[in-house]
Amino acid sequence: MEILVCIKQVPDAKDVRLDPETNTLAREGVESIMNPFDRHALEEAVRLKEAHGGTVTALSMGPPQAEAVLREAIGCGADRGFLVSDRAFAGADTWATSYTLARAIETIGRFDLILCGKQAIDGDTAQVGPGLASRMNLPYVTCVQKTRGVTDGSIEVERMMDDGYDVVRLPLPALLTVVKDINEPRVPSLKGKMKARKAEIPVLSAADIGASKECIGLAGSPTRVVNVFSPEPRGDRKIFTGTAEEQVDQLIEHLRDYL
Amino acid sequence: MLKVDAEKCIGCGACEEQCAFGAIKVEDGCAVVGDGCTLCGGCIDACEAEALHIEEAAPGRETADLAAWQGIWVFAEFRHGSVAPVTYELLGVGRRLADQRGVALSAVLPGSGVREECDGLIAAGADRVYLVDDPALAQYREDVYGRVLEELIRRYQPEVVLAGATAIGRSVIPQVATRLGAGLTADCTGLDIRPEDGTLLQTRPAFGGNIMATIECPDTRPQMATVRPRVMAPAEPDPARSGEVVDVDIAPGHLGSRVEVLETVVSQTEQVNIQEVEVLVAGGRGVEGEKGFALIRELAEELGGAVAASRAAVDSGWISYPHQVGQTGKTVCPKLYIACGISGAVQHAVGMQSAEVVVAINRDENAPIFNIATYGLVGDLFEVVPLLARKIQEMKK
Repeated sequence: MEILVCIKQVPDAKDVRLDPETNTLAREGVESIMNPFDRHALEEAVRLKEAHGGTVTALSMGPPQAEAVLREAIGCGADRGFLVSDRAFAGADTWATSYTLARAIETIGRFDLILCGKQAIDGDTAQVGPGLASRMNLPYVTCVQKTRGVTDGSIEVERMMDDGYDVVRLPLPALLTVVKDINEPRVPSLKGKMKARKAEIPVLSAADIGASKECIGLAGSPTRVVNVFSPEPRGDRKIFTGTAEEQVDQLIEHLRDYL
Repeated sequence: MLKVDAEKCIGCGACEEQCAFGAIKVEDGCAVVGDGCTLCGGCIDACEAEALHIEEAAPGRETADLAAWQGIWVFAEFRHGSVAPVTYELLGVGRRLADQRGVALSAVLPGSGVREECDGLIAAGADRVYLVDDPALAQYREDVYGRVLEELIRRYQPEVVLAGATAIGRSVIPQVATRLGAGLTADCTGLDIRPEDGTLLQTRPAFGGNIMATIECPDTRPQMATVRPRVMAPAEPDPARSGEVVDVDIAPGHLGSRVEVLETVVSQTEQVNIQEVEVLVAGGRGVEGEKGFALIRELAEELGGAVAASRAAVDSGWISYPHQVGQTGKTVCPKLYIACGISGAVQHAVGMQSAEVVVAINRDENAPIFNIATYGLVGDLFEVVPLLARKIQEMKK
C-alpha cells in the first residue's frame, strides 16, 4: 500500500502572542513542532505499512526550515519526504493550500491512501483535508478514531461523531483525517534518526508542481485577514479564602445567576 | 471545464441520461458538453469508460459578478431524529444579518423524513426552507451531502452560507467551498455584515484563542463560514411566523456515494455533546481516577450540565476522548465551566478560556488555572466538590 501523509510544521501554541506594538504575531523564540494530529496520521501510516507492506511518503508545505518535520517523520518510520516550498506560496489560505498540496501529490506519484491530521493547531481550521480530497476527487472521511482493516481495495474505519461514532467503508484510493485517539505515536528509533539525518529531502517549487499562479499564495486565496487583535481579557478575578465550606458559600453567592 | 476524452468515449449515453441539466449529449458516437454544464461531476461518476474529467479552471475568480449572489443561507444539520441546536443559533445570527442586508434568510435541510422540521426552522427565523428529503440522505455521507449542497448553492446563488462548526459541518463544508472556489472561514465566533456591499466580516480565534482575526472574502461568492456552537444566541421561536418550503429535486446521479456507513454507534456516555451544553464540570489529574469522576459527575448532574476532562485524565483512561477539552480535544464555551483538579496548562486553557464564567477548584494556589478563572477555590476537590453539590441541592429545595 502506497501511503502519503501530509505534515505541517506549526509554532508551539503556548508561546504565541500578539506583539501589541506592531500588531503582528510575535514568533521570536517560539519553538516549531510537528503538528500533533499529523504525528498520529504518520503513526497510522507506518502501522498500515507494517501490516500491509508498501511505502510511506511524508509531504510538507512550508518554508525551508519545515524540512525538520520531514526528517523527524523519516525518523519515525516514513520512507521519504518531500518539501513543497516557494515564496510564491506565502499567504496561502486553506483553499490555495489544498490546491498546492494536490498539485504536489500528483507530481510525486500515485497513492492508495492519503492521511492528514484532523487539523493543525495553529489555524485550527480542519479544512485542508476535505479540501484536498475534493481537489483529488477522492472519497474521504474526517476525524477517524480507528482503522479497522483494509480488504479488497477498501478500508473500514470508525469516524468520530459528536455523539458516538460511525463505522464507514470507503474504496481506495481515499483520504482520511485522524484524531489523536487513533494510536499512540512512537518516538524515533536510533536507526530511524540515522536514516533521517542522511535522507535527501527534495524541494518542490511552484514550477516543479506546475502550479497555476492564480491559485497559489495570497493571490490564490479567496479569504483575506483584515484585522488581528487580542481577545478581551476576562473581567475581575476572585480567589476565595477560608474553609472549604466558607469558600463554597461565597461561590454560590456569586454564581446565583448561573445555578 | 468538463473535458471529454474522445479516444476513450464509447458513446454509450450514460452521461446524457445522468445529466440533470441536459448539458451533455452524444453526437456521432462521442459526448459533447454544452453551455448548461455546472461542473457537478455527476456524469464523471456515471461514465464507465472514464472518458470525462474536470479541468481545473482558474479558481474562485470566476465569481466576479458579486451582485448575482443574494440571500443568507443556513445549513440545517439533522441527525438521529432532531435538528442540531447549533442550527437554531445560526438562524438567530442569520436573521440579524439578513435584516441588516435587506435579504431573505433560508435554511437548507437535507435528510430523510425531515419534512416536519421545516416549521421549526421557519419559527426560528427562516423565510424559506430548501428541503431535500430523500432516503439517500438518511445517513451522513461526506460526498452525497457535499454534492447536494454544492448543487443547491450553484442553482440559487446565496451570498452567504453558514454551517455549524460540528463534526458534520466541519467535514462537509470545506469540500463544497473548494469546488465552488469560495472563501471559507472555520469556527467563527463573531459575524457581521456590511449592508452596502454584503461583505461578511468573520471573526475567529486562532492559535488556540490567543489571538483573534477578522476575515473577509472580497472577490468571491458565496462567503462561507462555520460557526462555533453555543456562541450565537438562538432567536425566540415564533410559531406564528410564516415561510415557504421549497421542495428541491436532486438528480439521482448526485445521490450516489462511494462511502458506505455500515453502522452508527451512539454512545450512552457521549450522547451529550460537551460543545452544546451550558454547564460543564471538568476533571483533571487531581481527580485521581474513576471514583473521583463519580463526584464530578454528581456535581454536573446537580447543575444540569455535562462532564468534561483534561488530557491528563483522558490519557489515564479515567474517561473517554470525546470528553477531552483543549488543544487536542474539543473547544467549548459554556456559560459555566468548573475546572476540578486541573492545573490549567495552556493546552487545556485554549479549549475553554472563552467560557463565560470559569470556576477553578485546586489545592495548589499557584496553579495557572487560577490566572484564567473568574472564581477560584483553593482546597481539596474531594471535599469541595461534594459540598458544592450538596449545597446546590439544598438551595434548589
